[in-house]
Amino acid sequence: MSVAQLGGTVAPGGAGPGEQEVAQEKRRGRAGYLLLLPGILWLIVFFIVPTIQLAATALYDPNGSLDTGYAMTWSFSNYLDAMSQYSDQFIRSFLYAGIATVLCLLLGYPLAYAIAFKSGRWKNLMLVLVIAPFFTSFLVRTLAWKSILSDNGFIVETLKTLSLIPEDGRLLATPVAVVTGLTYNFLPFMVLPLYANLEKIDPRLVEAGKDLYANGVTAFRRITLPLSMPGVVAGTLLTFIPAAGDYINSELLGTPQQRMIGNVIDNLFLVQLDYPAAAASSVLLMVAIVLLVLFYVRRAGTEDLV
Amino acid sequence: MNTSRLGRWVSDHVVMFVALLVLIYMFLPIFFVVLMSFNDPTSRLNYEFQAFTLDNWTDPCSEAGMCASVVKSLQIGFLATVFATLLGTLVAFALVRHRFRGRAATSLLIFLPMATPEVVMGSSLLALFTSAGVAGSLGFWSILVAHIMFCLSFVVVTVKARLAGLDSRYEQAAMDLYANEWQTFWRVTFPLVFPGILAAALLAFSLSFDDFIVTNFNHGNTITFPMFVWGAAQRGIPPQVNVIGTVMFMIALALVLGSGLLQRRRAR
Repeated sequence: MSVAQLGGTVAPGGAGPGEQEVAQEKRRGRAGYLLLLPGILWLIVFFIVPTIQLAATALYDPNGSLDTGYAMTWSFSNYLDAMSQYSDQFIRSFLYAGIATVLCLLLGYPLAYAIAFKSGRWKNLMLVLVIAPFFTSFLVRTLAWKSILSDNGFIVETLKTLSLIPEDGRLLATPVAVVTGLTYNFLPFMVLPLYANLEKIDPRLVEAGKDLYANGVTAFRRITLPLSMPGVVAGTLLTFIPAAGDYINSELLGTPQQRMIGNVIDNLFLVQLDYPAAAASSVLLMVAIVLLVLFYVRRAGTEDLV
Repeated sequence: MNTSRLGRWVSDHVVMFVALLVLIYMFLPIFFVVLMSFNDPTSRLNYEFQAFTLDNWTDPCSEAGMCASVVKSLQIGFLATVFATLLGTLVAFALVRHRFRGRAATSLLIFLPMATPEVVMGSSLLALFTSAGVAGSLGFWSILVAHIMFCLSFVVVTVKARLAGLDSRYEQAAMDLYANEWQTFWRVTFPLVFPGILAAALLAFSLSFDDFIVTNFNHGNTITFPMFVWGAAQRGIPPQVNVIGTVMFMIALALVLGSGLLQRRRAR
């Protein structure tokens, strides 16, 4: 399993009749390269080259500054410095993103399952409702959580009445608020791939299981759940990756005690103008995510993701 | 028999019940955005509903700079959508319809931007622009360049899915009926792929219009709507922001429901 395979192959089995013919029919020659050229060039110049520049910036002399310019000193120590200085924020990012991803799975699986198997004629409506959060601005709906979780809001009041939080307790400006925001904002990224996967499962397989005297729970555990693993893997990755890099939720719903690595990178680049440290943190985040993804995909043993 | 029927009833209804609760969770903030658009707050740092007013709706542009930022976002969103859809559609056609060397590398190149956190993409571009010596002139153009970059992959994936599901026998039939390649493309292939291209364009527009993180690194002095909201959040949120949020929501909802109706009518 390599990353290349992650990006390869179209929707599995989706090509239908004529797949063989299309494969044979594919044209050789220059036309293909010409079609590719503009898009691929754009990605190389504005994605690959910047990433290389970022890695280079991470090795610049940390004593330089934007005004005087940076010298390339191959300072690998920048990485160690960033790791030790911002270890709290790194750990917090992965912790919050991990919790949010688990919550998304717990909330998203029943929803995707209900849409795929139980919704009947309400299917399209429910799908529209799932993507509805995308219809309004990310920042505006994150700010709405500020109102929902506010100190005199109905949620905090209810929790106080039930004595689930102390009289002077609050939700805003706590890790709970940040994780709630992350979970909310990335939930559709979990539900949609899960739904796409569950919907493809042949209901006859479950019926066959039941004919063989499996009860509902067993049939789910031994048939539906294993078959939905590709959806679980895709959904988890699509949720975890943006959540780990996000700093909007921690900034708007948290305090400096809930800062994640995204806040650090933003602050180092745009406020402190400490480019080498900022770039090193950024590269570390990317490397950590790539390693995690590779490890996770290998463990889950799923092939086609895109 | 009885227990299995009970089990089925429970599984049917419990799953649906949980699903509805999750949908309510997903809808709660939208409800609050609409609610707060009618709020008349006593102070900007107050996030609770205090008094009902229509002022935010009758004059949303009274908030200095907000409407200008919306216009800026619309301009960037429109241009980014046009370029990303064009470039991405070409790549999708090449991937599905042509043979070429380096297919695995190309697929990887398409996949990577979607798997990279935005904060990494944004900071990389800033590092590039700085080393190229153009950091002082960042603005509209650099936001546009960045948005085209991260929209491209999503366009490729969306169009590719539609194209790969296309039955090539339609095109063969057209060719059998003496259509040349050009005619076949414009009269058969393109209309069949068009829904995919349209979906990709809508996705690109919403990604661009809503982007904050990448834009934040490369915006110079140009203020898009998300940048405006971010800036305003430091000082306290003007309620007019929620008017824009509500209008966006209603336009998107109308588009989705409208296209659904259109599809259903066509299917008949």
